[in-house]
Amino acid sequence: MKDKNSHIILRTNQLSIGYQTKKTTSTIASNISVQLQKGELIGLVGANGIGKSTLLRTLTSIQQPLSGTIEINDKVLTDYTIQDLAKTMSIVLTEQLMSKNLTVFELIALGRQPYTNWVGNLTPDDIHVIEKAIEQTHLSDIKLRKCHELSDGQLQKVMIARALAQDTDIIILDEPTTHLDMYHKAYILKLLQRLTRNTQKTILFSSHEIDLAIQLCDSIIVMLNDHVVYDTPCKLIENGVFNNLFPKDLIDFDTTTGRFKVN
Amino acid sequence: MIVLMLCFLANINLGSVAIPISEVFGSLFGTSENYIIQHFRLPKAITAVLVGSGLGVSGLLMQTLFRNPLAGPFVLGISSGASLGVALIILGSGVFGGALSSILISKWSIVIAASLGSFLVLLAVLTVSSKVRDTMAILIIGLMFGSITAAVVSVLSYFSSAEQLQQYIFWGFGSLGNLSWSELSVFFGIYLLGIVLTTFSIKALNTLLLGENYAKSLGLNIKQSRLIIIIATSLLAGTITAFAGPIAFIGLAIPHITRQLFNTSNHKTLLPAVFLIGAIVMLICDSIAQLPTSDYTLPINAITSLIGAPVVVWLLVRQRKMVF
Repeated sequence: MKDKNSHIILRTNQLSIGYQTKKTTSTIASNISVQLQKGELIGLVGANGIGKSTLLRTLTSIQQPLSGTIEINDKVLTDYTIQDLAKTMSIVLTEQLMSKNLTVFELIALGRQPYTNWVGNLTPDDIHVIEKAIEQTHLSDIKLRKCHELSDGQLQKVMIARALAQDTDIIILDEPTTHLDMYHKAYILKLLQRLTRNTQKTILFSSHEIDLAIQLCDSIIVMLNDHVVYDTPCKLIENGVFNNLFPKDLIDFDTTTGRFKVN
Repeated sequence: MIVLMLCFLANINLGSVAIPISEVFGSLFGTSENYIIQHFRLPKAITAVLVGSGLGVSGLLMQTLFRNPLAGPFVLGISSGASLGVALIILGSGVFGGALSSILISKWSIVIAASLGSFLVLLAVLTVSSKVRDTMAILIIGLMFGSITAAVVSVLSYFSSAEQLQQYIFWGFGSLGNLSWSELSVFFGIYLLGIVLTTFSIKALNTLLLGENYAKSLGLNIKQSRLIIIIATSLLAGTITAFAGPIAFIGLAIPHITRQLFNTSNHKTLLPAVFLIGAIVMLICDSIAQLPTSDYTLPINAITSLIGAPVVVWLLVRQRKMVF
């Protein structure tokens, strides 16, 4: 039992998320208990507005949980300083970059910020880590290009490389496949899967690509209206969890093919 | 760097009275003494370097912090605060009576009034800003305080005499000259502190290029870095306004000119480049404002905009896209 626990990298206990103002508390989801294993690719799916982003924002300490705890490597999230957290967890967000006038290399190098000195100089070790991240994401050809010259798919790869360069146990991505075509959606998620296999990092991403998530993820967090389910894709299909994901008037989940169908 | 040295020499060389270049060198290296160079040209050239580089750097700080290409060193209400302080001294001096007013309007009293004014307005902006989370809101709050002070200045001008108004407007033109060595040393001390704080912010500035959420995920203490950047800007822009008046345009334009020329947003390159180009542009503008060999001196504020604005437009048109 002890041995099994040591592989758990991120654990939530009875987590309740939402927004709190002085007068009111609006709970978005509650009773979330998940245990993310080391080296796994985990998908987070659910309908629009169900609270996927809120959950990710809470896990990345951008906002506070209403109740319950989050533990990373058996240490409570609130006990981490932001410098320590930066060495444990990196993120890829949906927001646009403020400045795209950096080269791909310079942008990925910013991932080394938690490790560099006061002026941000790169040591040979830093450069080695950056080059490795570039290699793992197949960006060698374009590493000297400016970010504003890149396509959405390339830019997403650059942002993933930046997160890799940050050298953390966990990478959390918020909808990494938006704005991408079908090929690049599959490409990015396949890349994430390969990274979990090769680097033993734990990668959690939210997505609307349920078909792809079922095929590629080790486990999936499904956010439903009244509760949150966390299991392997096969078990989730067996238990009919996806059938309740959306209102049934338009689309249905086909348990034999593992896909959604329009009625 | 070499261009900067050349401009520095040219600036000292040119002026109402023609001084041969050999005498410029002689005076600079202590072999001969020239009263005009030692007491007018050299302090003025040094002031130009400090003003140009300081305004350029603080403009860059504000543009990066606010993620806004229209931001300049004065968006936090520093220049409007200084204007208010000076307006109170010059335009409000009628209240203190005629005899007293002539004593009040010395160089130091204007410097102190400008510093106090910008410090108080900045303090007000910072107090209100500490209550908001969004960096953009600080920008708006700065602008609002700017228009409040502008309104107070208008009311004051309405009740002032023509003579007082003229004096106030002259201050508003900006001036690099008339600084004694003792004033210059105070100026330089505060300026240096601002530059040191800026150097310590280079890493934070580069991290902020990703946006605040990414910066936080990289372990950057946003509130602390924001405060250091704002204090550095206040020290630089505040002292410059106090000693040289509200010099327009340089702070907004120099970062843009530099970004177009160097085509990067990396602050490790950008900051020294802005520093040099700011100093160079200011020296050139001042040399032109002197109208060499004539007895007239044009207001420096007019020259910076007359020369600078077309340059920025030309650079933007040539590159066909804005680099930010």
